[in-house]
Amino acid sequence: MNAIEIHGLVKTYRNGTKALKGVDLTIGEGDFFALLGANGAGKTTLIGILTGLVNKTAGTVKVFGCDIDKDFAGAKRMLGVVPQEFNFNMFENVQDIIVNQAGYFGVPSKTAIRDAEGILKMVGLWKKRCAMARTLSGGMKRRLMIARALIHHPKALILDEPTAGVDVELRLGMWDYLRQINSHGTTILLTTHYLEEVEQMCRNAAIIKDGQIVRNDAVPNLLPLEKLFLEIIKT
Amino acid sequence: MLYTDTVALKTIVRKEVTRILRIWTQTLLPPLITQTLYFLIFGKFIGAQIASIQGVTYMSFIVPGLVMMAVIGSSYGNVVSSFFGAKFQRSIEEILVSPAPNWVILAGYVMGGVVRGAVVGALVFGISCFFTHPVIHNIWAVLFFMTVTAMLFSLGAFINGIFARNFDEVVFFQNFILTPLMYLGGVFYSIHSLPLFWQKASLFNPLVYMINGFRYGFYGFSDVHLAVCVAILVVLTVALTALSLWLLKKGIGIKN
Repeated sequence: MNAIEIHGLVKTYRNGTKALKGVDLTIGEGDFFALLGANGAGKTTLIGILTGLVNKTAGTVKVFGCDIDKDFAGAKRMLGVVPQEFNFNMFENVQDIIVNQAGYFGVPSKTAIRDAEGILKMVGLWKKRCAMARTLSGGMKRRLMIARALIHHPKALILDEPTAGVDVELRLGMWDYLRQINSHGTTILLTTHYLEEVEQMCRNAAIIKDGQIVRNDAVPNLLPLEKLFLEIIKT
Repeated sequence: MLYTDTVALKTIVRKEVTRILRIWTQTLLPPLITQTLYFLIFGKFIGAQIASIQGVTYMSFIVPGLVMMAVIGSSYGNVVSSFFGAKFQRSIEEILVSPAPNWVILAGYVMGGVVRGAVVGALVFGISCFFTHPVIHNIWAVLFFMTVTAMLFSLGAFINGIFARNFDEVVFFQNFILTPLMYLGGVFYSIHSLPLFWQKASLFNPLVYMINGFRYGFYGFSDVHLAVCVAILVVLTVALTALSLWLLKKGIGIKN
């Protein structure tokens, strides 16, 4: 089964901007998939539609066979999202953020508190569980967002530039987390500007330009990625 | 209702109640101080020189209105600040990416507003007992008008929070519309004491119906017919619920 199936996806914003112009994209279950593109290419809009933060104009989207037009709740249940910017309540503590997120997904607090321990230990935030989110360092906040996205055990994890502005050591650490998560069967869709990240971790990648997928292939077939990427965005 | 929806609803309400208690100096204390000053200044100092209204001392007369003022201000303030705060910090996205249906999101925030309104209302009523001996004529009317009014203003605040683009727009409705309507809604006077034109004009103020319905629960009299008060409250609540759900469905103000 495919994790994500997108056909003819169009998004036109109210100001007339056409962010997506008929995107077709399929991501297999268990894949580690990269979506590449310059700023404004449509990556975040696509992710927004998948996760319910942006309303699509046309097209169909299925998550593990679940059509978002028919059962968006079912589709959302299978997704975890790590957005580009910090979007948690800075005045809540780490554990509350995680447990509340689980609650929104219908996970009872007792189960969530139990599961939070394992996830927070995995991302190295267990000792910080009682700390206010605003007191965390930038890297810790990034890890908190990953932990939050994993608390309801999603089948697919969507990460929108998770390593932007993160130092090298932390980035390498995050690669390890992501590989570990993927090795347990979780499908990963990643957007990034770091081509090295794609080469190191992803099996398949697509390049989006001006709201359209212009290349979609296995990563080895796209190498050297930097040369290809520059060729595409310059044409 | 799915079990997962129940858990989501409980989570939003728990988060709201935790917030109310965590910042109690902002959420619970200020209305108590303000209303105590009203009891002192209007009830005790000025009220002592005012004749009774329909057989009730002025101090007792203003109790329902002052309790209702606190309920309205607290329920409204809770939802507008919490919802807009979540929008501003983008933590509302935590709920939007979850499978929680729109009615759960709305009900969670409204219940938070009702809880704060009810707690503050009960505390203000408790304070009033130090100044007078308010009687309760019909407890069901008191509970009905307090709860539905808190719901109504929580819904209004939710809509305000959806449309607000900055903090100025958050406080605009509260400062320039809600506060004048509260003062002109019959908290401190019976609308029958107004000239005929202003009596008629007051009937366009929805707060007149809430305050009078609530006052009926205490003393058994009201400036307007009780059935009209109930009908107006129910119609407004249904209308604002429908509008809020429509706005959530369309994603206006919260989705790109």
